[in-house]
Amino acid sequence: MTQKTKLRSSFAEAVADIPDGSTIAFGGFAMPGTPFNLIKALMDQGAKRLTLVANTTGGAQQPRMPDIGMLVENGQVAKVICAFTAATRPTDKLPFTPYYESGEVEAELVPQGTLAERMRAAGAGIPAFYTPTAVGTELAEGRETRVINGREYLLEYALPLDYAFIRARTADTAGNLRFHRSQRNFGPVMATAARVTIAEIDEPIIAAGGIDPDDVHTAGIYVHRLVQVPPAPDGLWPTKRQERKR
Amino acid sequence: MSGTKGLNRQQMADRVAREFQDGWIVNLGVGIPTMCSNTDIGDRDITYHSENGVIGYGGVAAEGHEDLNLVNAGGQNVTLKPGAAVVHHADSFGVIRGGHIDATVMGAYQVSMTGDFANWKLKGQKGGGIGGAMDLAACARRVFIILEHVTRDGSARLVTACDLPVTARGVVTLVATNYGLFEPTRTGFLLREIAPGLTVDEIRATTGGMLTVTHGLREISISG
Repeated sequence: MTQKTKLRSSFAEAVADIPDGSTIAFGGFAMPGTPFNLIKALMDQGAKRLTLVANTTGGAQQPRMPDIGMLVENGQVAKVICAFTAATRPTDKLPFTPYYESGEVEAELVPQGTLAERMRAAGAGIPAFYTPTAVGTELAEGRETRVINGREYLLEYALPLDYAFIRARTADTAGNLRFHRSQRNFGPVMATAARVTIAEIDEPIIAAGGIDPDDVHTAGIYVHRLVQVPPAPDGLWPTKRQERKR
Repeated sequence: MSGTKGLNRQQMADRVAREFQDGWIVNLGVGIPTMCSNTDIGDRDITYHSENGVIGYGGVAAEGHEDLNLVNAGGQNVTLKPGAAVVHHADSFGVIRGGHIDATVMGAYQVSMTGDFANWKLKGQKGGGIGGAMDLAACARRVFIILEHVTRDGSARLVTACDLPVTARGVVTLVATNYGLFEPTRTGFLLREIAPGLTVDEIRATTGGMLTVTHGLREISISG
């Protein structure tokens, strides 16, 4: 195959060309699948006025690892699209909260399944879809609904991305990915919705064909850049969550 | 919990878990609902689903045996049961919206007599924490809610109408509080079982809408 190599030698190189104003999605549900190293590289790279898509704004769990809240604190973010813009316990203040409350950063709060499906739709050529989620709630106020077979559904639009940052266990040079356990979460869906998907990989990247085609979780056609995560302390890896006192 | 009457947190979770039937697929929310998985319900085979696509997780991993890439919805490092499967997030919510979840158990700030509930946003709060709650609430076959019967200042959480932003409307089928086990009836709540040490009058005084009491009211068994 005469394709350009997808391998990048550093996280800095992998994110170097990301322009201001990009829409970037970040895989991850708690620690598994979160592209810590790419987030850190983007903080150093400094792109601004970004729209960020992720499950949460981060900072609710300890120890704190790179999360999109840090990009907010770094002054790089115009808007976030998340399933949590506040902590599940209302008494907990997230690092993101003051930026949102002051109006410095905009937020779009989206139910988690709707968030995933909006990206799946974008990647699959579906411009919009109807879902029963959030019907009858504040989120549906003033929006288009439709009764289908006697049940009310809310219209939701596809969410296309400029970039997806994800993390997987194994990759081959064709960009085929395998995830380990709950590392998978949003990764495969975000990869399909993005113009450019950048994946950080736990294991040494293997030759094309090294993953049996039947065992591929995300096809290499969706993955454009690969960086292997170096061992700690140079690379960032999931750590054990500190349990909170109640 | 100190200072509250009736059941403690685990006992509330136990009572709900005893509703689970053999073969059910169940999603447990963060907090007290997670404790349902500690309950001994004999040889009933329950498959626990987590929003992040883990289908068939087991208990929390033993110290030193955690897989840091395997968590449940609360971010705990769990184990997998034999037969477990992992799917991506869009498929995981396909499980939910597709009606494959037999029961979801969630916490809440308020439940109304018409089966509405509120659990993602407080009054005056900007933004909120929805997570997967709205998808689960709209689409699970049964929605079970666990919450303290009254707020810290003593006002009812089982109300005629929620005054907090709702998560979904008309979906709650069962409510366990520290005072008892209830069903929303549209005009009030049906008290199905009462917690040891509580009286019907005490419950009536702290519950919104009309309280009806099931014939031959029993105490909630707390032995398991």
